Amino acid sequence: MLTIYLKKLFQFSRIIFSLFSSQYALMLEYRAEITLWAVSGLLPLIMLALWTGIENPLVNYLELNYLKRYFISAFIVRQFTAVWVMITFEEDHLDGKLSPYLLQPITPFWRYVTSHLAEQFTRIPIVVIMLIIIFSIIPYSFWLPSLSSLIFGIIAIMLAFWVRFLLHWIFCMCCFYNDRASAIERLLLIPYLFLSGLVAPLETFPEIIKKIAYITPYPYIMSFPARLLSGQDVSLFLGFTGLIGWFILLFSISIITWKIAIRHYSAMGA
Amino acid sequence: MLNIIYTFWITSIASELEYRLNVIVEIISLIGNIAGTIFTLFLFYQQGSNVGGWDFYSSLIIVGIYTLLEALTISILHPNLSQIVKHIQDGTLDYVLLKPINSQLWLSLRKISPWGMPSFIAGVILIFVGLSKNNIIIGNLEIIYAITAICSSFILLYSIWFILATTSIWFVKVWNINEVLRSTLVAGRYPLTAYPPSLRTIFTFVFPIAFLTTVPAQALIGTSGHQNILLSLVFSISLFIISILFWKYALRFYTSASS
Repeated sequence: MLTIYLKKLFQFSRIIFSLFSSQYALMLEYRAEITLWAVSGLLPLIMLALWTGIENPLVNYLELNYLKRYFISAFIVRQFTAVWVMITFEEDHLDGKLSPYLLQPITPFWRYVTSHLAEQFTRIPIVVIMLIIIFSIIPYSFWLPSLSSLIFGIIAIMLAFWVRFLLHWIFCMCCFYNDRASAIERLLLIPYLFLSGLVAPLETFPEIIKKIAYITPYPYIMSFPARLLSGQDVSLFLGFTGLIGWFILLFSISIITWKIAIRHYSAMGA
Repeated sequence: MLNIIYTFWITSIASELEYRLNVIVEIISLIGNIAGTIFTLFLFYQQGSNVGGWDFYSSLIIVGIYTLLEALTISILHPNLSQIVKHIQDGTLDYVLLKPINSQLWLSLRKISPWGMPSFIAGVILIFVGLSKNNIIIGNLEIIYAITAICSSFILLYSIWFILATTSIWFVKVWNINEVLRSTLVAGRYPLTAYPPSLRTIFTFVFPIAFLTTVPAQALIGTSGHQNILLSLVFSISLFIISILFWKYALRFYTSASS
């Protein structure tokens, strides 16, 4: 019995791996585009410039060095948690490309996941080059995170990507009901910008708003990994519980919504 | 010519109005974005600090001008200029060039989206709140200055965007350069003097955020000298002329989809 399951699991992971490598080959063709996407994620660095320029007692309290490390970490986290599934999903749906995908013996979900993961792989050298540029401009902000915080940070970034991806995937299902559902993505972007710690470290937030932010998944997918990477004292237990909890919750919701929405699907001409 | 533009706009508004749900999405995202920006400003101004010599309500004026630019982006720039790349990719630019109308005009003003309206209203409200809280009474001269500065900031944004979109005649794949532009534009939500000196130079001459939001706000407050207004006018008009020349130059390199 166990061997059958293991065999199935092995087969499945082989499929995922070949999907991933084909998507990776595709993504490599679009290096120029991906570089531009990477450049468009500069917001944390703009915020860094603003925060360091302000005559604010809070800034002294937070220490300039910490701010620099925090925002550079936030920049890295943002690069590897980019999610655009709603836009491609809507496009595929409108062009009728979704129908053949649905006929394949594997759910389209994995196609989108692997394309995102492949894009992240393509990004690695681009982000390294950008980091070299950043550190050559502000050399004294350079730091090396300890091995443990680096490992935990990478795991946290991966989990954060999954949480954000699942969140967007659930809202993709709206495409079955309206042909401009990707507009919802703009709404999802707002709490991501202002509650995740992308524009300001969460420590500067007033208590009430901090509490509200921690009800949403956003601080876990941005502030937590960024603080980990910047070498701050963070509660690993709380952060990872938040990430894993949201992952399980969103994963179960996504399975249910997919089952409901797919029944609603009628291809072009049906 | 105005007649043609009027007809263009009437038809595109009619087709946009099919998507009524978008009004709700647009308004929610507008409120969310403004609330978020004000919240960020509030974080900066905690405990009576100051941002590059600007107080809170003066910064609101900058946010207001930024929101006006957003309105222009949503209404005209985005619906039109993001299509240029698609025309080049699909080869439909041929049809545009064959039309008996200036191609740059057609590409820039063919469509209008009514969803910029909420942003426009919000921008005007923010500017008025900022002005009245600072007890600023605008004189005639300031009004002329401010309108000139805002108009030149509109022309400036259009010209930059159009020049970037034109480059896709050579590099079809850089369509998302628009995203880079939009994401850098976010820096214009805050006063120029809040940035470190090295960035200030970049934001004035390379990527002129200074002329997009800070100078119009200064014109409203009355702290901007007339040379700044004149400079932004000259800057925007010359960039506009460059965009026209650049488009003509780029068209020489345009070989349609099959050739």
